[in-house]
Amino acid sequence: MLLSVKDLRTYFHTRSGVYRAVDGVSFDLERGETLGIVGESGSGKSVTCYSLMGLVPQPPGRIESGVAMFDGVDLLHCAPHRLQSIRGKRISMIFQDPMTSLNPYLRISEQLIEPLIIHEKISRKAALARGLEMLEAVGINDAAKRIHYHPHEFSGGMRQRVMIAMALITRPELLIADEPTTALDVTVQAQILELIKKMQKESGMAVIFITHDLGVVSGLCDRVQVMYAGRIVETAGTRTLFYQPRHPYTIGLQRSIPSLQQKGRELFTIKGLPPDISKNFTGCAFADRCELARESCRQQQPELKPVTPEHQQACLRVQAGEI
Amino acid sequence: MPPILELRDVKTHFPVHQGFLVRRNAGAVKAVDGVNLALARGEVLGLVGESGCGKSTLARTIMQLVPTTGGAVILEGKNLTAGGADEVGAVRRDMQMVFQDPYASLNPRMTVHDTIAEPLLVHRVCAPAEVTPRVAELMTLVGLAPRFMQKYPHEFSGGQLQRIAIARALALNPKIIIADEPVSALDVSIQAQILNLLSQLVRKMNLSLIFIAHDLSVVKHISDRVAVMYLGKIVELGPAVEVIEHPRHPYTRALISAIPTPNPDVERARKRIVLPGDPPSPINPPRGCAFHPRCPHAQERCQAAVPPLEKLEAGDNREVACIRAEEIWQ
Repeated sequence: MLLSVKDLRTYFHTRSGVYRAVDGVSFDLERGETLGIVGESGSGKSVTCYSLMGLVPQPPGRIESGVAMFDGVDLLHCAPHRLQSIRGKRISMIFQDPMTSLNPYLRISEQLIEPLIIHEKISRKAALARGLEMLEAVGINDAAKRIHYHPHEFSGGMRQRVMIAMALITRPELLIADEPTTALDVTVQAQILELIKKMQKESGMAVIFITHDLGVVSGLCDRVQVMYAGRIVETAGTRTLFYQPRHPYTIGLQRSIPSLQQKGRELFTIKGLPPDISKNFTGCAFADRCELARESCRQQQPELKPVTPEHQQACLRVQAGEI
Repeated sequence: MPPILELRDVKTHFPVHQGFLVRRNAGAVKAVDGVNLALARGEVLGLVGESGCGKSTLARTIMQLVPTTGGAVILEGKNLTAGGADEVGAVRRDMQMVFQDPYASLNPRMTVHDTIAEPLLVHRVCAPAEVTPRVAELMTLVGLAPRFMQKYPHEFSGGQLQRIAIARALALNPKIIIADEPVSALDVSIQAQILNLLSQLVRKMNLSLIFIAHDLSVVKHISDRVAVMYLGKIVELGPAVEVIEHPRHPYTRALISAIPTPNPDVERARKRIVLPGDPPSPINPPRGCAFHPRCPHAQERCQAAVPPLEKLEAGDNREVACIRAEEIWQ
């Protein structure tokens, strides 16, 4: 086991109330595995990963509880210098918008080799050679010249390649990718997804892939977990999740994708809006939007329970065998 | 029936200047470069392409929000490009736009009532006393409760804001709505709600809709016909289902093969056409067919001339701009 997260809770304490962005999330990740985290905006998928990386601004954020064991080290409670030595070296992260994650004032070469200089204490010259190698590996033509460019001289797709090169240059064991292709065109998205697959095959790293696009997940991930209002509502192997989903939210999400529906028919919609996570509520967070909800759904908070050993879901009525 | 809107060889170029003290012309960005298109009453036309292909500029050109470099935009027989500002202003009530980001396209300091009422007051189509009932009617039409009339944009979610933007666009009973990526900023479950609303309105009000998107599955669902753009030109045009299920232009094929489908078995089995590189610069488009540097089927003769958008056979209902389309297709 590479990473084991238990009962992670990250709340944001703001003037307008306490936002329970992540509210009791537990999951495990094996070495070399690709885990997809799917959910709508505000479901807590990004905050989960930001918490692991120590990137939640505190205040207003606070990690209320939880343990995240990464190879024997608790990422949430270890000393800052321990976290420093893991973050950026053994765990790397790439973000949605490559323009705002690169420093526009610095040449690509400076930013690319920064993790090497910090973590591996090798000479600039050796680091530059590794950087060049990495840029070529992510498919940037004419890398020897382009390594000295500034970010604005690259297109969106190339910037995301640079981000990937930067994340992978220290040969991490875990890559967290937070919607890395959402801002890109589909043809460029296809290039980037192929690249992540190729790099993963070569290095054997584990990947956590955060996205709202079920299509991206289906081709890339071994396992998928669906989040709603700060909690995991269903987790299973990719094929199981797509072909035998059990939780009403997962089913609704899949049914509302236009490509799976017959043209001309009215699209299936999940009525209503995601709940306000600053309000206290009892019971299932999805109950207000769920067509199958009963009174009992509003009284008891559902927990993830296994359907089969590798498939868990958190719908009380499914668990009771009613659906 | 004559088309409600017709574009004849429409060109929109933006000049590029170089130099600091002495500015000189360094060519032009050919954002839209010779587009011919006809839109029927009640028709939904999907416009797809990667960012920078000119689909938004084409929308703005139709609305006459940017100056046209050449060609004609004809709305019900009236040539808008030749008309003066008054004429365009009067005609504009027949065409309305819905934009991608409702957080940015609605004024945060105006209540919903004032936002929807503004077009009514500007075009003086309503007596002051009738404005509020009309606003209430429009809100009901798009599925919002009129009691939210006095609220401000920040009190709504993205999907609700997009409904307000649609209500504003419908206020003047337009004949054409141009929706520029209206669902791209929304979550999947909300996307479906807005798509359903748009198709209902099109049917109910016999509207023509130009639906711009980069998500082809969304476009296929809502459109009657689809136009695929690449570097300022339409490269394929035809009935939505046929174009998306049996694309003929190599670019359309690559575009469609790049869309991930939410079906793991299909997704893992399929061969993807991964296009090398990025779309070229519209300042200096490649010679001949603009797609040839990235095209897996390109030959030397593809560089000779710009391929015209034409039917493969007489009586065909779709047009393709590729000289090799017939060979590749067979």
